[in-house]
Amino acid sequence: MSSTIEMAPKKIPAQTKATNISGSEAVLEAFLAEGVDTIFGYPGGAIMPIYDALYDYQEKLKHILVRHEQGGIHAAQGFARTSGRTGVVFATSGPGATNLVTGLADAMIDSTPLVCITGQVFAHLLGTDAFQETDVINITTPVTKWNYQVTDATEIPAVLAKAFYIANSGRPGPVLIDITKNAQLQKFDYTGYEKCTHVRSYRPKPIVRKEYIEQAAKLINEAERPFVIFGQGVILGKAEAEFMKFIEKAGIPTAWTIMGESAIPTDHPLAVGMLGMHGNYGPNVLTNECDVLIAIGMRFDDRVTGRLDKYAKQAKVVHLDIDPSEIDKNVKTTVPVWGDCKETLPLLTELIAPRVYPKWLQKFREYQQQEEETCINPELNPTTEQLTMGEVIKVLNELTGGDAVIVTDVGQHQMVACRYAKFTQSKSNVTSGGLGTMGFALPAAIGAKFGAPERTVVAIIGDGGFQMTLQELGTIMQSEVNVKILILNNQFLGMVRQWQQLFHDKRYSFVDIASPDFVQVAKGYRIEGNSISQRSNLKTALETMLNHNGAYLLEVMVGKENNVFPMVPQGCSVAEIRLK
Amino acid sequence: MSKQEFTVTVYTENQIGLLNRIAIIFSRRKINIESLNTSPSEVEGIHRFTIVINETEEVVRKLARQIEKQVEVLKAYYNTNEEIVWQELAMYKVPTDEIAEKVKVERLLREYGARAVVIRKDYTVFETTGQREETDKLIAVLEPYGLIEFVRSARVAIIKASSGFHEKLKEFEQTEPGEEVIENEFLNKQDEVFTM
Repeated sequence: MSSTIEMAPKKIPAQTKATNISGSEAVLEAFLAEGVDTIFGYPGGAIMPIYDALYDYQEKLKHILVRHEQGGIHAAQGFARTSGRTGVVFATSGPGATNLVTGLADAMIDSTPLVCITGQVFAHLLGTDAFQETDVINITTPVTKWNYQVTDATEIPAVLAKAFYIANSGRPGPVLIDITKNAQLQKFDYTGYEKCTHVRSYRPKPIVRKEYIEQAAKLINEAERPFVIFGQGVILGKAEAEFMKFIEKAGIPTAWTIMGESAIPTDHPLAVGMLGMHGNYGPNVLTNECDVLIAIGMRFDDRVTGRLDKYAKQAKVVHLDIDPSEIDKNVKTTVPVWGDCKETLPLLTELIAPRVYPKWLQKFREYQQQEEETCINPELNPTTEQLTMGEVIKVLNELTGGDAVIVTDVGQHQMVACRYAKFTQSKSNVTSGGLGTMGFALPAAIGAKFGAPERTVVAIIGDGGFQMTLQELGTIMQSEVNVKILILNNQFLGMVRQWQQLFHDKRYSFVDIASPDFVQVAKGYRIEGNSISQRSNLKTALETMLNHNGAYLLEVMVGKENNVFPMVPQGCSVAEIRLK
Repeated sequence: MSKQEFTVTVYTENQIGLLNRIAIIFSRRKINIESLNTSPSEVEGIHRFTIVINETEEVVRKLARQIEKQVEVLKAYYNTNEEIVWQELAMYKVPTDEIAEKVKVERLLREYGARAVVIRKDYTVFETTGQREETDKLIAVLEPYGLIEFVRSARVAIIKASSGFHEKLKEFEQTEPGEEVIENEFLNKQDEVFTM
């Protein structure tokens, strides 16, 4: 098969004069044309020509030197999640590129737009086991939306245009472009950059089919107990306003997946909470009692559905999604409404009758009441001597007013934070939802801050996850990134311990993790910090953290063997959710 | 739903690495590819993959959507054996002296629609085109006479109901997306679904 890339015919203005530039410069010109201003990266042998060119672009392109390529890609993810723009990463060949793989997999499953540029050995060395050569294209194929190897500089403008177009259109995702060193060095006649707007084999969004909108509206209008569940599609589609109009006219109780959280304010009158394994009681139980389930921009992950053959079997399902392969993938859809929800939601809103469901909504509130008594109140207002994770989040909410970006890692603290954090604006909940990548939060928080510099960014991390990527404290130090690091330390790999307690007869196998003195570690990086374990110090300590001018690390010692509840045990239906 | 043989026909751009991208959609789900062929299609510059798998219709439908989701794939169709015309090519190498001595070669060729491609002093190569059972039968016949080598090609298949890809491609070349029809089991049963 040929190696040339299929592109739409180029329209070059007649008077455009070609300039002789290198492949490396063409990469940076492409970035400027795409509005990129921040790059997260780490140099190395095979990407040195690009870094050499970058030396002359420092005023236009901010480069954040990370401490590990995984940190670089997670930072780019955080950037993309708070800004809605494409995150950009540089890494060298071989180990530099393989270190990106976890982040690519994370971005793939959480639909995060990224363009990653990796250096590669000279084209004539490909396949010779050259120094730092690895088959990056094949390693990354399953975890990229698209990838491509460039061996000739003349391809760079068109390939980069295609990369940015694919990464941030349709259902977004990570794109990796591997550029051999000779192509980076090669000079060619550059005639300007043209943005890509069409790739013939690629359908970013399916056409909106009116008849399905009508059928969906009919189902919704005839429903007695409709239930809206939504995911990150609402945020990715920048359709928060359209979504709000829809639910407010429809008057339907609304729950979010972990990825959809913050798309509507958490205290919205129709909001009934989070779905899933550690979601709220009402939305899980009542999924199996609604008569029409309206799923918007979500993919029925197994952590949301629990046991599939007992999931919402009584309900007619309306599924709005931009990705046709999601329709019927896990849950059989009665009416598929494929398309961009920014387009489909207003059409649907127009056709539905304004309604309210006070009795049905009341049912959610009743379950909520039970959950308050059994789970929420003991977590937020504990009588135990030891602090709980929940009360830390509660005080944080009081101090930030729900205006902060919350970046979470993976584990118990993630579930607690996502359950209890208050949000007043969209793109505020940054977490590794699909892949569950421990070590995500610290680097992602760095990127989140660059993506939303005017906002307070709080990274909430467990003692385990923090130790996976704590080298990024170096990045925070050097680039003076004002992130607040809140370590909830239960001296265990808590989520695994919880499962071992509940399902493995308390056989605590290798979850007893020792930690360094985190405050001293931070001090080593010239980052201020504090550690507390007393309730009486909590508010002041959090205030100090938030008010500190610059990065700050606060470690809060919490109860060692606290569990996250409610919980849908694996293999159980959502209706079998346990409160304790 | 029981498993049966499906032929998946995929129209793609001509791109390095695409074979891998398509193949891993199957291997990721631990599905064995029985046969895979890539070739040019009726449209210049568009490649055609013909993939045979044994699966349920539901699995094949989901696979086809996952394949279509790949950036450089234009369209994926799947068909049962009844919906296609298909052939495979097989070659057999046998010792010439054995075959000349013991078998009535002429009858063999006629009966199995075979053709001698090469006749040398030491060996003869036969070729036949047909479906699996037909090419298998000839193996059985030749085996007693010292079958030295056997090889069979992947399946190539023509979709009976297809009117080619030329028109479809024009749709794809328009900047605006065309109408994508995706099967949904309930949409054909609207009466059942929409009387509540």
